Amino acid sequence: MLKDITLGQYFPGNSFIHRLDAMIKLILSAVYLVIIFLIKNFYGYGLLAAFTLFTIIISTVPLKFVLKGIKPLLWFIIFTAILNLFMTGGTVIWQFGFLKLTKEGISFAVFMMLRIVFLVLGTSLLTYTTSPIALTDGIERLLTPFGKMGLPTHELAMMMSIALRFIPTLLEETDKIMKAQMARGADFQSGNLIKRAKALIPLLVPLFISAFRRADELAIAMECRCYRGGKNRTRLNESKIGYPDIIACVFVLLFALAIISVNKAG
Amino acid sequence: MIKTKNLEFKYNVDLDPVIKNININIKKGEFVAVLGHNGSGKSTLAKHFNAILLPSGGAVYIRGMDTRNENLLYEIRREIGMVFQNPDNQIVATIVEEDVAFALENLGVPSQEIRKTVDWALETVGMSEYKKHAPHLLSGGQKQRIAIAGILAMKPECIVLDEPTAMLDPIGRGEVINTLKRLNKSEEITIILITHNMDEAVFAHRVLVMNDGEIIKEGTPADVFSDVEGMKSVGLDVPQVTELMYELRKEGIDVPQDVLTIEQAYEVLSEVLC
Repeated sequence: MLKDITLGQYFPGNSFIHRLDAMIKLILSAVYLVIIFLIKNFYGYGLLAAFTLFTIIISTVPLKFVLKGIKPLLWFIIFTAILNLFMTGGTVIWQFGFLKLTKEGISFAVFMMLRIVFLVLGTSLLTYTTSPIALTDGIERLLTPFGKMGLPTHELAMMMSIALRFIPTLLEETDKIMKAQMARGADFQSGNLIKRAKALIPLLVPLFISAFRRADELAIAMECRCYRGGKNRTRLNESKIGYPDIIACVFVLLFALAIISVNKAG
Repeated sequence: MIKTKNLEFKYNVDLDPVIKNININIKKGEFVAVLGHNGSGKSTLAKHFNAILLPSGGAVYIRGMDTRNENLLYEIRREIGMVFQNPDNQIVATIVEEDVAFALENLGVPSQEIRKTVDWALETVGMSEYKKHAPHLLSGGQKQRIAIAGILAMKPECIVLDEPTAMLDPIGRGEVINTLKRLNKSEEITIILITHNMDEAVFAHRVLVMNDGEIIKEGTPADVFSDVEGMKSVGLDVPQVTELMYELRKEGIDVPQDVLTIEQAYEVLSEVLC
């Protein structure tokens, strides 16, 4: 059951998008998010859909795979849409008691739904095409300017990559402890919420103890390999910003300009 | 290469020392096995070799460098690599080659050179084809070889291994021990193997036996294991074939006592039986 958790859902590949520098990809994703909120009319969304579809196609990640990311958020999307549908003031089209359906409400609800969908699509494409380690590396370099202001950027990135490294190990361990406790009669499935939360204690206590022990051993092993923080550290794969990155930046910039001009047209 | 002088260590001033009166001298290129049951102080001793623990009394010298000298810390750690019991808890990165590169990244080696050394280290432990794999998908023996490669990448003079096979299945155990033998022979790396598996100690040039924080016996595997009663009295076993020879001698059959491997035993027994 624990195998279902997907975190850092990397889809290995060697497409143009995969090969882009992680830091550039992070920045471009942020730009993409801003663009989503700049759009004012349906022409813009058409353009956005075309752009997103195009990126997904060249990333070679199956479309079905990307769309799967929306599923867990389906209820959230529907809830937001309904809320917007009835809570927006404007020209009333239909009324039932205190429920008012307005023209503005309908268009706003549709906008909101589209926004969330594209938000999820864009960000999941980022995690699908960037390995967790490249992503942490990208975040570290993105935060470098703040390092001069005293933010421990290297330490933050190191913590993130170690956390990612230990997710599968700890999941495996959780599974093992769970089975061991179940073999001794523990019941994780039945009862109400409080009962089930209580049942988790015999799972969490050993898990935490072992996690701390692991942390201690890892720290010693890292010291044995001369770890001393981010100072004078080099990398196996030095990341370089190349032509593909510049092309991607120009492309996204053109897209942003197109959206702005379409906004005016509408 | 490694020298200790009246080494003593206490976790707390008021407590009894965990190890005491340790005077050893390990030469370059040696393969030394340290034996002892749980709590005999063998892991504590190992942690003194690369300044993870510092002596409470006496001193440890690594090629003449005192481990208490903080300025020499990273030089010492580069010379004396250390591999631990649980392979999962020593692997830092999510990709094999990135993990092997970790030590070199810490030492500030330029990236082309890292690439070369990482490839060499993975080649040496026979894990080149797994370069791009995720470590958590490998077997225990493979993970432990990755951990060894990670240490090997620092090009140390000596590798200390603290029960590296305790968590492995027999196949993984064989993989690790063969890797160590090869490193000792072809790369001339000094190996200090801490273990309580007697069959692994047989390959060593020299065996140190620890009990209650002291070294009680020292010598070649044949010397140490011939004393079956002495070993049993400190709660240790001898290799299975040595024990067989011991039992046979007790029954009055004339067989040599210093038989350590199955091959030797086969020869001896076929002579007795024919």
